[in-house]
Amino acid sequence: MASEATFNYKVVRQFAIMTVVWGIVGMLVGVIIAAQLIWPDMTAGIPWLSYGRLRPLHTNAVIFAFGGSALFASSYYCVQRTCQVRLFSDGLAAFTFWGWMAVIVLAAITLPLGMTSSKEYAELEWPIDLLITAVWVSYAVVFFGTIAKRRTPHIYVANWFFGGFILTIALLHLINSAEMPVTLTKSYSAYAGVQDAMVQWWYGHNAVGFFLTAGFLGMMYYFVPKQAGRPIYSYRLSVVHFWALIFTYMWAGPHHLHYTALPDWTQSLGMVFSLILLAPSWGGMINGIMTLSGAWHKLRDDPILKFLIVSLSFYGMSTFEGPMMSIKTVNALSHYTDWTIGHVHSGALGWVAFISIGAVYYMIPRMFGKTEMWSTRLITVHFWVATIGVVLYIAAMWIAGVMQGLMWRATNPDGTLTYAFVESVKATYPFYVIRLVGGVMFLSGMLVMAWNTWRTASGAIAYEAPIPAGAPAHA
Amino acid sequence: MDIISVLGSATTVVAFVAFVGIVAWAYSGRRKRAFDEAANAPFALPDDGGKVPAPRARSTERQP
Repeated sequence: MASEATFNYKVVRQFAIMTVVWGIVGMLVGVIIAAQLIWPDMTAGIPWLSYGRLRPLHTNAVIFAFGGSALFASSYYCVQRTCQVRLFSDGLAAFTFWGWMAVIVLAAITLPLGMTSSKEYAELEWPIDLLITAVWVSYAVVFFGTIAKRRTPHIYVANWFFGGFILTIALLHLINSAEMPVTLTKSYSAYAGVQDAMVQWWYGHNAVGFFLTAGFLGMMYYFVPKQAGRPIYSYRLSVVHFWALIFTYMWAGPHHLHYTALPDWTQSLGMVFSLILLAPSWGGMINGIMTLSGAWHKLRDDPILKFLIVSLSFYGMSTFEGPMMSIKTVNALSHYTDWTIGHVHSGALGWVAFISIGAVYYMIPRMFGKTEMWSTRLITVHFWVATIGVVLYIAAMWIAGVMQGLMWRATNPDGTLTYAFVESVKATYPFYVIRLVGGVMFLSGMLVMAWNTWRTASGAIAYEAPIPAGAPAHA
Repeated sequence: MDIISVLGSATTVVAFVAFVGIVAWAYSGRRKRAFDEAANAPFALPDDGGKVPAPRARSTERQP
């Protein structure tokens, strides 16, 4: 019974620490494949280490292992503290941790072996898909069960974002992973041809919109006010922000299939909804950044706040760039080039990783009964190394991408192509080197974080905060 | 128009009206007090570490 009087910090602590671990693993694989693009023979032709097998390992590890662990940790922390109750079920919560870790380990084994459903960001084969379903349903039960037994009258807006993310990912996973098993390790999609492509990119873009956006916006709405020490700039804007994202994100997927066999009207619809998305995205960004209004000085010496606020700047940048790239004529230049890679990493490193790192730096000391990390200086070091790394990465990919797009479309007066494809590859070489440098810097920042986490945790006692008894506390 | 197209258009209109309704609701004066309360939810509890009585917290952490 006594455990009812404390929050369940154990599962938060586990996920927070694994965020750091999987961040290092996922980004290390990213650095390896970035190096392979410069030195294609560096892995000596070993099939398990070939680019085609390591690339999905990289994306799965950074999105679902690193990002996923950060989302589990922060949603479990936020929902308990804003509902003022312990998590709904300790057993189910523990199952989500060990189940999710099992999914990641299985991914790390099967992807290098070449077992894949070949659907981007949904490569894992059907037995793993079933395990994901079980974990996700448990996650929903724990999260919504906690909300159901809350002691507070309101459901704080961050929980709306986390809840929307959990429900949507369940829907996306079930529909896109509908498949026909042939053997234990091979299945085929339930859809065919252009329908398969459309379902895949409906899934793919909403994985960006809900896994990589709505969930992390939930993080933003809790940790930015906490670290800034003031409530969110406009609560009603946050309500409109939530519903605007819910109503529009679902329809943006076709912009991944411009100039393909997809019907033209579907492509245009995807483009229009992508352009509309600029409004809620910037509304949310402004809401987050303006929370600091009147307290800008805190940015000067608080590196955690730096991570959180700079993440919002990158969110604003990439949600401006995304709608622009969804315009068909711009897409004709950008698609299939490294500009797309630059765009993704501006969002993934600049926004998703930065806000996760900020949130984890907030949570980890509190999971050990402290208020601060072992070294605040090292957080500052991490911040600057990571920021310079992201800027190098995305600037290199922008230049490389636009250059590739221009070279591929250049024609001579007689109508023949000006450049052979290999000439564009050759011209990209120096930018691949700059990208590798940026990636190595970002990874080094994560290693600094791991050291800081280790020193914060070593010798400390695992802590579970008490829940104040009696009537729910109001501000 | 076939039934699917009619349903599609109707859904679009209903969704749009619902969204406009949500915006009007969120910005209506009646919600102000409730929203102010909700906005302060992250600050309702004493912060972890320091301000909470640590011994009590430690005595409960090893429960099954």
